[in-house]
Amino acid sequence: MTDTLLRATHVTRRFGAFTAVDDVSMQLQPGEVAGLLGANGAGKTTLIRMLLGLIAVTSGRVDLLGGPPDRERRRRLGYVPQGLGLYGDLTVRENLSFSARAYGTAVPALPSGLTEHADVLVRELPLGAQRQVAFLAALAHSPGVIVLDEPTSGVDALARAALWDTIRAQAERGAGVLVTTHYMQEAQQCDRLLLMSDGRLVAEGSEADIIGSTTAVAVRTADWARAFAALAAAGAPVMLAGRAIRVANADPAGLAEVLKAAGIQASLQPVPATISERMLMLSRPAKAS
Amino acid sequence: MTYAVRSATVRFGPAVALDDVTVEVPGGSVVAVVGGDGAGKSTLLRALAGEVSLDAGTVEAPPRQRLGYLPASSGSWAALTVTQNIDFVAGIYGLASDELAARRAELLDRAALTPAAGRLAAQLSGGMRRKLGFVMAIVHRPALLILDEPTTGIDPVSRIDLWRLVSEAAASGAAVLMSTTYLDEAERAGHLVVLDRGRVLVQGPYDRVRADFAGDITQASQPVRAEWAWRRGRVRHEYWPGGVPSTPSTPPGLPPGTTAVEPDLEDIVIALSLARRNTVPS
Repeated sequence: MTDTLLRATHVTRRFGAFTAVDDVSMQLQPGEVAGLLGANGAGKTTLIRMLLGLIAVTSGRVDLLGGPPDRERRRRLGYVPQGLGLYGDLTVRENLSFSARAYGTAVPALPSGLTEHADVLVRELPLGAQRQVAFLAALAHSPGVIVLDEPTSGVDALARAALWDTIRAQAERGAGVLVTTHYMQEAQQCDRLLLMSDGRLVAEGSEADIIGSTTAVAVRTADWARAFAALAAAGAPVMLAGRAIRVANADPAGLAEVLKAAGIQASLQPVPATISERMLMLSRPAKAS
Repeated sequence: MTYAVRSATVRFGPAVALDDVTVEVPGGSVVAVVGGDGAGKSTLLRALAGEVSLDAGTVEAPPRQRLGYLPASSGSWAALTVTQNIDFVAGIYGLASDELAARRAELLDRAALTPAAGRLAAQLSGGMRRKLGFVMAIVHRPALLILDEPTTGIDPVSRIDLWRLVSEAAASGAAVLMSTTYLDEAERAGHLVVLDRGRVLVQGPYDRVRADFAGDITQASQPVRAEWAWRRGRVRHEYWPGGVPSTPSTPPGLPPGTTAVEPDLEDIVIALSLARRNTVPS
């Protein structure tokens, strides 16, 4: 109980008649990396803003580092927004000095990959290096709770692995890390996932827990182009997967009928859905095709 | 019909953006180019679109009126409505009156943009704006469709919509070359091209890329050779280009707890990037 770094208890937020976050309870423990997933409008950003104390809850309660998320507790928070929050017109060293002064901490030492860039303007750096600088700036004061918004999007695989090393090192020293993302390659790096839809927390656990028993339909046929056209014309949410076809949100019997009517031979097989497909199903309940 | 860039090299001053790159895009298929910031994805796409000239190599592309190109920037005019944006581009290709009205209605419907037809592009969500850009790139039924990061920065549901639109274009015979920063999307394309610092790291259908991958990958909490290891969740993966001495579940000579793993595309791309960094001075 005392170990929990961040806890939301039955948190709701309304904007006028619109309920952005609806009765969400969640927590973050030391040493864990949790991933918060959800389509646009699912309520992720509003929830985060309440957890960080940037907006008030309509009802419910947020505990950050043992109490309400006030100014003093927010000092022990590290946050890297999607836009990184760096000054493009300042050098790497100047950016780090600025944030170190703001948090009242020592200027962090540059890791080997960044030393050569110390006096380069941040806007002239490749995106991967900019992200490393943003991490350094946000983490120099050893925050207890770290919130990262799509921390590795847009960088190559090696830069992504290096960023995850930094994130994991923070968790290993005891911080709790909350990553908001809608990319599967980020979700798969987390210890635990939280899935939001329409303001509610609808699933929680591993990737397998999130997907649960939901399935997509894999359509295999020699004539994929015609099968694809027939299914698309019938309004099914079809997708290409190599030379196979996947349908995320439909009933196999209905699809079989569409294909039969078009005179196309195909095998239909239920396969486990992906996290993206699960999100599609949540935001658009299945319709008969 | 197959379009291609062959042995393409593009330099911007001293920087080599593309270094001897060959990529073929057959009709009726989706080729996905994947790589990080600065890998050369946009340059490759722009080379095929005729937007950038080559220092060496050749380009095989259809005439301009048979080509559709969605740049990485929005690709629409913020101060025009959705309908005006489509009509403007369609007009350039000579579409008018009933033919235009029918084509516009069909595309708006397929992209689920009909309710937004009268809205200014500036007032669309990111996902809707990318779909509008896609519609504008495809309005004249191009033989070659080039899409620069159509799905970057948009929500997963819009991403699935866009993938459906891309798949439909390929199913109706177009050759599609698209770039992405997401490996799960590259996996879904019929043919993937991994670019790294201007060069092709690996390309082919995903199954073949996986089958051709040489060497072994192990996982452990502490790797043996840090320069060949990377982070995956709570553990580290490590690449053995020549293979570990043998590959039972715990390879001999390695610390206890080390196990062999079946690599996924992320592992393969990282392993090949490391092999390049660790063997070729950069």
